[in-house]
Amino acid sequence: MSAVASAPHPIEARGLVKRYDQLTAVDHVDLTVEAGTVYGYLGPNGAGKTTSIRMLLGLITPDEGTARLFGRDPLVEGAAALDGVAGFVEAPRFYPYLSARRNLELMAALDGGDAGDRIDDALATVDLTEREDDKVKGYSHGMRQRLGIAAALLRDPRLLLLDEPTTGLDPAGMRDMRQLVRRLAADGITVLLSSHLMTEVEELCDRLAIVRSGRVIYEGGLTDLLRSTGQRYRLRTTDDRRALAVAREQPGVEDPVQRADGLAFAADETVAGELSVALVEAGVAILALVPAAASLEELFFRLTEGDGLPA
Amino acid sequence: MSTTAAPTPTPPAERVAITAAPAPRRHARPPIRAIYRWELRKLWAQKRTYLGLGSAIIIPVIFVVSLMVQHGGPDGVPFGRYVRQTGLAIPPVLLLFSSIWLLPLIVSLVAGDIVANEDGNGTLKTILTRSVDRQQIWLAKMLAAFTYALLALVLFAGVGLLLGGLRYGLHPLTSLSGTRIGVGRALLLMVASLGAYAMPLFALASIALLLSTVTRNSAAAVVGALMASLIMQLLGVISGLDFLKPYLLSTQFDAWQGLLRTPADWAPIVRSAWVSACYALPALAIGLTTFLRRDVTGG
Repeated sequence: MSAVASAPHPIEARGLVKRYDQLTAVDHVDLTVEAGTVYGYLGPNGAGKTTSIRMLLGLITPDEGTARLFGRDPLVEGAAALDGVAGFVEAPRFYPYLSARRNLELMAALDGGDAGDRIDDALATVDLTEREDDKVKGYSHGMRQRLGIAAALLRDPRLLLLDEPTTGLDPAGMRDMRQLVRRLAADGITVLLSSHLMTEVEELCDRLAIVRSGRVIYEGGLTDLLRSTGQRYRLRTTDDRRALAVAREQPGVEDPVQRADGLAFAADETVAGELSVALVEAGVAILALVPAAASLEELFFRLTEGDGLPA
Repeated sequence: MSTTAAPTPTPPAERVAITAAPAPRRHARPPIRAIYRWELRKLWAQKRTYLGLGSAIIIPVIFVVSLMVQHGGPDGVPFGRYVRQTGLAIPPVLLLFSSIWLLPLIVSLVAGDIVANEDGNGTLKTILTRSVDRQQIWLAKMLAAFTYALLALVLFAGVGLLLGGLRYGLHPLTSLSGTRIGVGRALLLMVASLGAYAMPLFALASIALLLSTVTRNSAAAVVGALMASLIMQLLGVISGLDFLKPYLLSTQFDAWQGLLRTPADWAPIVRSAWVSACYALPALAIGLTTFLRRDVTGG
């Protein structure tokens, strides 16, 4: 393996635990984020996503476990562990009595080096140049989110940790933010994107971890997850009730259910073909038989509200 | 991993070679003076700063105007009888009055707010995820709070001296021992007196800073520091507790008077130095340790 191959991962967390009295907010979480990926950290509100990110950034101390960014532990190395790392936790916060530019100048001063030279570019990237002299207290939520990205870009990051960056934005703001994340990822920045929005993760991420009650209940590729439930089909016929009865009798057809728009079932391609023959033999005409992959949303709710994925 | 419902594909070695990357280069930490400068700029942009400094200016103005419109007083205080003879007597009288609540309040207003305000606004997490270590941030805040305390003190005495000088002229000052002190020497002693006065003021700022760090609540820290000051004033006037008096912070606010005796009495100054240090150093140590270890959960 080459020297590059042995380099540490942008994020490597092992056995992270955080307890608040009786509540275990984060429960033995392992995370490995490889360079160049957009990694989704998906879970409902209160699942422990933000607490995990705070531990990764060294803002809070885990009760157990370790977190390393590019091989450096923020609790051991302090700010040095955050070199090349940027982002925000929950809503980005700035000094309301300072203008956007002054806030960025302050951040650049705290970053040192040539961060100050990137202020103009960062403001232009998030489209805030025209409002740079306005005090942040007059900014909308969306503008503050964009300013949060600008503040992150000052650090010329190789890893971005974004905690629900589109929360509270209007549809246009969400679209712009996602385009920005996509653009940053295309520039080679590794992104950890925490979100409770399935569409966002599905649209942006290569890999993901799904968390529930502080525990990671799935970790892997997005396509692997979507494939893991097997092939599902949607079926419309001239007699859905009769078709449902035939499907239930057909070997290999799993989980047939009747919905408002027809039937849904899981089966492999051969079984689906056999079912179509059986339907015709039973006098039921097929109007439509289309493959329908389970959506991430469907899987998410099965994982976070149900007993997990079928074996 | 706690529970993994679906198989987690192990990336092949080839993929690791592509996806792993060398760690980013290490940055030099910004110097503490850069952080300190920004702490001052933040103070400069906040209204409460002007509230405190404005009070430090307006109170001497009110005092001199009251001297102009009245004939008597102030009685029973050192230098009180000389306030209409020389402007040099105005700052000492102002310092005597202000040590009860004014300067402690002005200092607490900023030192009690300087950390807690960042907690309340959620900006602590913002600055702690940059390239500065926690101790740098906290030390810069401490220096900024001390700078503000010193500025308020200098403004307070300076405005009194300026207005007193304009109204009554700058003439030799009669010391507490009854000797005459020339204007030049009196001015030097005035500066030294402010230095002596600053010691317990810094100690009070340290207590406010500690409360600001520990309580994470500006109002609690400001009121707490002021209460500590007032309680010590109260303990100082209870006759049964006289043995405590030399060790109270409130007593140290009078130590500067030793400089305005002939010859100068250094004993109260020395005592003020170590008593103030006994209050300030533990407060600063506990405040810094708390700040280094605490979880930043706000915002």
